[in-house]
Amino acid sequence: MNRTLKASVLGLAAAGLMTSSALAHEHGGALEGTLRIISDMSNPAPRAVMESLAAEFDEMHPDLTVELEIVDREAWKTQIRNALSANPPDVVNWYAANRMLPYVEAGLFMDVSELWDEPEFASLASTEGAMTIDGKQWGVPYTYYQWGVYYREDIFNELGLSEPATWEEEIANCQAIIDSGRKCYTIGTKFLWTAGGWFDYINSRTNGYDFHIALARGEIEWTDERVRQTFANWRQLIDMGAFIDDHQTYSWQEALPFILDGEATAYLMGNFAVAAMRDGGLDDSMLDFYQFPAINPDVDFAEDAPTDTFHIASGAQNVPAAKEFLRFVVSPDVQTRINGGDALGQLPVNSEASVSDDEFIQQGFEMLSNNAGGGIMQFFDRDFPAEMASVGMEGLQEFMVFPDNLDDILERLEDARQRIYE
Amino acid sequence: MATSATGHTGHGGRARAGWYKRNEIALTPWLFLIPGILFFAVYVIIPIFQSVWISFHEWDGLGAKEWVGTANYERLLTDDRKFDVSFWNNIRWLFLYLLAIPAGLFIALFLNQTVFGIRLYKSLFFFPFVLSQVVVGLVFSWFYLPREGLLNALLAVFGLGPVNILGDPNLATYGIIAASLWPQTAYCMILYLTGLNAVDPEQVEAARLDGAKGWKMLWYVILPQLKPATFIAFVVTIIGALRSFDLISVMTNGGPFGSTRVLSFYMFEESLSEFGFRMGYGAAIAVVLFFIMLGFIAYFLWSMWREEKGAR
Repeated sequence: MNRTLKASVLGLAAAGLMTSSALAHEHGGALEGTLRIISDMSNPAPRAVMESLAAEFDEMHPDLTVELEIVDREAWKTQIRNALSANPPDVVNWYAANRMLPYVEAGLFMDVSELWDEPEFASLASTEGAMTIDGKQWGVPYTYYQWGVYYREDIFNELGLSEPATWEEEIANCQAIIDSGRKCYTIGTKFLWTAGGWFDYINSRTNGYDFHIALARGEIEWTDERVRQTFANWRQLIDMGAFIDDHQTYSWQEALPFILDGEATAYLMGNFAVAAMRDGGLDDSMLDFYQFPAINPDVDFAEDAPTDTFHIASGAQNVPAAKEFLRFVVSPDVQTRINGGDALGQLPVNSEASVSDDEFIQQGFEMLSNNAGGGIMQFFDRDFPAEMASVGMEGLQEFMVFPDNLDDILERLEDARQRIYE
Repeated sequence: MATSATGHTGHGGRARAGWYKRNEIALTPWLFLIPGILFFAVYVIIPIFQSVWISFHEWDGLGAKEWVGTANYERLLTDDRKFDVSFWNNIRWLFLYLLAIPAGLFIALFLNQTVFGIRLYKSLFFFPFVLSQVVVGLVFSWFYLPREGLLNALLAVFGLGPVNILGDPNLATYGIIAASLWPQTAYCMILYLTGLNAVDPEQVEAARLDGAKGWKMLWYVILPQLKPATFIAFVVTIIGALRSFDLISVMTNGGPFGSTRVLSFYMFEESLSEFGFRMGYGAAIAVVLFFIMLGFIAYFLWSMWREEKGAR
């Protein structure tokens, strides 16, 4: 069974590659040598995807050996610099937008604009902006995913609640959940970024996408009244006791048991959490998704939808193979396959790829296509410059534990803003 | 005369060829030292000067350096709260980490007897030092877990409320120090156990005849003989306290909201971590830490030198 599946998958991939094989010839005939890939897809489902991609690419090119090294996703965020500057691999994983800026500026990523000029890349147009710095493209996306509220449908049914569309409904729902002896939200802020998701949503719902991005660019003071309004809205939830206790001690994975056990009913997260929640025993009758509700009716919905990427190191030894691998990854059928419900469970970046019929992926696709008129955010730690993101997220975590410290936190962030953006 | 002259020239000819032979005594030690000196210079001495040099720049670690003079130090020493927190945490570490010395001494005294299976007990007490710091950190962070942790289960027996030690900015540092005392106590214990082997039984016998026992025996007879062990224990503990890093990284990652940072962790965060592209600022922190350490090391070296001179 496994064998036939793999064979048919291979067939598909081979068919997809027929078109690009002509291009491969242009770049110097059959690929040979070694292709070294370092990937940060270390969670179980992504790891399987990455391993199968590497194995497949290896089989497709008999003279080429693919060496894959998978690094822990958190660890990779600090290791990438060393990896790129000393003995660089050919292909690496990273993130789009501001997050790739330091490596682009330092000349560690290779300019791959000529790939983007190929006709096949026209179907990736929606993500071109996030990959562009200084008018050039520095990598290719392979997946993106929506953020939103994942909630326990069975508990909502038990309490007679429905998906909230406005902040008032949200608060009312939450009160009912708290009255039933549960917490509204699980969250683990030990590694800080999860708090960034809450800020992205509450701020963009309160003040709009343009305001949020202006704040990220350092054009607005953190002590601004509108920022304070965001925190005031957030504080409503904190004061109700909506979040689980001791969240500063947990990672996002360690916060999962709360929603699995029904001690908390919802989780504001990226779609990558679905696989973990399903593994934890939640089936589709127990788990559902809703878009973060409107707060200020006058602003359009903006959504977090971070894009994950592949890049070629500027010190790559086997550039033809690396480029071919990038073409391979973004081709429609590979995109369909790796983003499927049984693989990454996320959204394909290629518009010719088909979106998995998985419930959550469909809902996310629908939401991002039709109901994100405000704009697409890449996420707090990718939209804000690195130093601002780290100072900021620490402040957000402190606010969630000690909301009374807000004035102090905002002054600190404002100090940091004045210094960082100068 | 003639013979001696020819003999002399013959010698001179051989000496010119064997310049090394003539200076053998003076040169050989240096030859043996060269590999060590070379590595020490490349990995220790030169990086110190490089760090100082970098600390006068603004540098993201990838692109070009920009000279900023003492700006990094000015910011560090005047208005950086993270630095203040880290510095005071370092002081806490310095003092509380020293508890490992008396604790190690008492365990060593306790284990310094000959009963059946004493080697096994000694190994068990020494075990935490063999464990990787990462494992120690993990074990303790599970122990401290706010709900499932053993600590809160124990407290519940005595009717005490649950505490989230690693989540409380006022307690987290103490929680980590307590965890680090576990392996460090074992280290000090081993130092003292070897020291106790060298205690002169005749002196103990003589003291006993003079009627010394208990605390007095320990304080006036045993401890003075353990002075070398105590000295080493002090050195390794103080250096260990100043370079504490792994446990913080594993147990709290510097959090909650930066309350468990120490200088070494702050330096890592600024220059090498996920969002750290501020090599210059990180280097400035490292230089400050270096001078704090240098103070202690200089003191130790000086007292060691004084002792050796006294012994001579």
